[in-house]
Amino acid sequence: MTNWNMLTLVGEDRPGIVAGVTDALYRRQWNLGEASMIRLGGNFTIMMMVSGDGDLYAELKQVAVDMKLRIHVDPIVGMLHQHVAPNIQVRVAGADRAGIVAQVTGALAEAGFNILELESDVAGLRDKPVYIMNIQGYSEAPVESLRDAVAPLVAQGMDVDVSPIETMVG
Amino acid sequence: MAALEILTIPDERLKQESLAVERFDDELRSFIADLEETRQHGPAAVGIAAPQVGRFQRIVIVDVSNTRKPVPNHGYMVLVNPEITHWDGYEIGREGCLSVPDYTGNVIRATHIRLKAQNPDGETLEYEMEGFEARAVQHEIDHLDGMLFIDRVVSRRTDLFQRKVYQKGKGKKGKSN
Ligand SMILES: [Zn+2]
Repeated sequence: MTNWNMLTLVGEDRPGIVAGVTDALYRRQWNLGEASMIRLGGNFTIMMMVSGDGDLYAELKQVAVDMKLRIHVDPIVGMLHQHVAPNIQVRVAGADRAGIVAQVTGALAEAGFNILELESDVAGLRDKPVYIMNIQGYSEAPVESLRDAVAPLVAQGMDVDVSPIETMVG
Repeated sequence: MAALEILTIPDERLKQESLAVERFDDELRSFIADLEETRQHGPAAVGIAAPQVGRFQRIVIVDVSNTRKPVPNHGYMVLVNPEITHWDGYEIGREGCLSVPDYTGNVIRATHIRLKAQNPDGETLEYEMEGFEARAVQHEIDHLDGMLFIDRVVSRRTDLFQRKVYQKGKGKKGKSN
């Protein structure tokens, strides 16, 4: 069985981070698995499954220094080909205030919804920020019961749209 | 009748362009029966294209009449030499493919299309369709042009308004995914 690590890298965004990091991994014969890399608030963030032999932290130290990245390694129990296709999508938009994410995800969790992916952003004007969130997840419970679960939040003026995702296979 | 073997990535033959069907004979109809059996054999697929089983002719089957939530549909359709004559609107939707095991992704497709095709006897068909069924037909016709949905996958963050609609044959060669 392959031994995977979860490699986390965070630093101020600049051109060449992905190329620099993946080149360093390639040269030392590390294999890459699933990854998420995204710019958040001017920082570049990488979370990546990496497998191979050796001291991952030590071998990436130089590129981390060069690129001014903070680095973190966790050995994980995990493997590839464990995908779960989402069957429900939840879109949320509302005036930015404390507790939006906790309230929406709390209501959904209680209804049996499992989050597979969540993206959120703050849009709108600087003095009138709007929190926008897009969640993809899996639920055995029907769409209607998830809608019921978030209904109290909708009543408070938040836009919460729960819709099914039908994956077209062909 | 027999279920046929499905080509899966990275098989280069999936990038091959398929040729128009010219002979509408019993051999063609028997192949179509096998193709339909193949579609029903695997994981719940609403469509299949001839090149997915290694026959590089412009034949697809689409049937979206059995989705969890009913969608507008024309039932079981065999489309020979299909051609989209008009498309309108666009939206992101999730797709998977019998030829791309263990992966799904978001793809932008036209929401309304008009379509010309022939049936297995060579008679002309015309359809107007929308939504999930239109998506399935666009996915299958892509196969005839050597395109896979992974050539069109977009991030959910993609701004729909900056994107163009369904572009035929875009970026087909030399893609490294
Ligand atoms: Zn396909």
